[in-house]
Amino acid sequence: MSQINRSAAQMNATVLSNKRVGQYHQIVFGIGDLVKSCRPGNFVAIKVGGDSSRMILRRAFAISRVAESVSFGGTMELIVAPHGAGSKWLCSQAEGAEVDMVAPLGTAFGIPTQQVKALLVGGGYGSAPLFGLAEVLKARGCKVDMLLGASTGGKIYAPMEGKRSVNSLKIYTEDGSMGETGRVTEPIKALIQSREVDVIYSCGPMGMLSAISALVEGSDVVHQCAVEEAMACGIGICMTCVLPVMGEGGKIAMLRSCIDGPVMDGSQVQWQMVGQVPEVSP
Amino acid sequence: MNNFDFSTTLGNAFFNTPIFTASGCASSGKELAQFFDLRDIGAVVTKSVMNKPRYGRPTPRMAETPSGMLNSIGLQGPGIDAFLASDVPWLIEQKSRVIVSIAGETVEEYATLARKVRSVSGISALEVNISCPNVENRGLVFACDPDASRRVIDGVRRTIGGEIPIIAKLSPDVTNLPDIARGVVDAGADGLALINTVLGMVINIDSMRPHLGGKTGGLSGPAIRPVAVRAIYQVHAALPNVPILGMGGVTSGRDALELILAGASGVSVGTASFGNPLAVIEIQRELRELLIAKGFPTLKSAIGYAHRVESQ
Repeated sequence: MSQINRSAAQMNATVLSNKRVGQYHQIVFGIGDLVKSCRPGNFVAIKVGGDSSRMILRRAFAISRVAESVSFGGTMELIVAPHGAGSKWLCSQAEGAEVDMVAPLGTAFGIPTQQVKALLVGGGYGSAPLFGLAEVLKARGCKVDMLLGASTGGKIYAPMEGKRSVNSLKIYTEDGSMGETGRVTEPIKALIQSREVDVIYSCGPMGMLSAISALVEGSDVVHQCAVEEAMACGIGICMTCVLPVMGEGGKIAMLRSCIDGPVMDGSQVQWQMVGQVPEVSP
Repeated sequence: MNNFDFSTTLGNAFFNTPIFTASGCASSGKELAQFFDLRDIGAVVTKSVMNKPRYGRPTPRMAETPSGMLNSIGLQGPGIDAFLASDVPWLIEQKSRVIVSIAGETVEEYATLARKVRSVSGISALEVNISCPNVENRGLVFACDPDASRRVIDGVRRTIGGEIPIIAKLSPDVTNLPDIARGVVDAGADGLALINTVLGMVINIDSMRPHLGGKTGGLSGPAIRPVAVRAIYQVHAALPNVPILGMGGVTSGRDALELILAGASGVSVGTASFGNPLAVIEIQRELRELLIAKGFPTLKSAIGYAHRVESQ
């Protein structure tokens, strides 16, 4: 058997709750034992629109967190922004509805064996998987600081219960409607210089991930980022979600963000070349 | 009916079932192996491979469209040497049947690829993809030119000898498909793969520019199924003895049966796997049940059944 997609399975997941939180929907699914294979950073692919839908492709969502409870068994939370027709359909699913889900997919955030100082940086609803990650890091005895940013306060996702799993949380909005005015990347340089951080975990728009990679360059800080690229399949067969990444021997490879990601080493992603291909042949 | 004869042949190659993956929609099989046993399907048709490693086209490479999608991958791949050294042995180790798909930029490149494929044992058939739409120069789409199509197939035929069947993959984006089909069969193709994707474009109304990095892309999915049915029906009518590997928007056993009735001896499942990793195996099960329910004694008796002349 291959190692690719090795924990993944297709299943019907039941919607246990669906709540509006600011501009997002917090949807909790019953997924049974599959919860045991889910790690922070993994994502799921959900069939949308029902059987007669003209939308033929699944939609990918980062797993916000998973839990095991006595009453519901394994549960999984997703934070969904109702942007397009597919995500709007998912947000309209009522309690008790069943959705066709393939999970878990992709790489996970690496969890350090030592008690490191971790900085978690989220842009928009990209913060969702960071709260599940924070719980895991906290349980390992890591110091967990979190920075969240968005264009405006309504796009910040920061649940009350999530705040308990971090040592500190700072919010930045570009319009100043919540937290400090400015971009989430602004305080990072000073934190690196004062050695306040060993590992940065990031999730959000590609521009933010790229900016953090630039700030980290030349330091000892490790940057693990969860990338976002348009996918058709989520399981590695369509080759649409590729990113230029420095590989072994100094050669750039076009890697699939669904199976070689979404979590990648930010220092290896060739951010300036995203949307291009190298001019010379591989 | 456990003894239902579901087997099919493409040239001299025998397959237990008529359901295959489609080239470019299953990579080299490893990704789907988690979801079903590759031995259970007719064969894995691997992603078209070129002589040299290739980066493909820039992103975005995908746009979903009503009941379909455009892709603009541009034949990203490891090159034939790495592919034959690692991907094919892995598939053979899984006891999967393998159809290798090749793509080239010149007649010579196809012949080189065929020579390399010939040197590896365990391959059931060779798909010669002369119709990938995602190349810089449309002039390179050999399948749009009867003479160029013939030259490619002739070169491959001379190189590969008679050991494994050659299946020429054709484009529906031509004026006279039966003419092109006849040309490649005359040049030595044992079978035909119909259809490759249909050339299309999406313009992003925010940027007001073509959405795909490569501007144009190949349209696939249920949206093109009627085009596939028409192409298979036309070519089977013109060349009833030439086996056809049919493909184009098949998402159910019912769709697969439609292509078989039109004249396909086997059916590849492509884009459906993107939406459902179990699509190939589910379609195979549905097709088998449907053939039995319709009263066909064998799969082969259903091939081209839509062309039958009723006896008076």
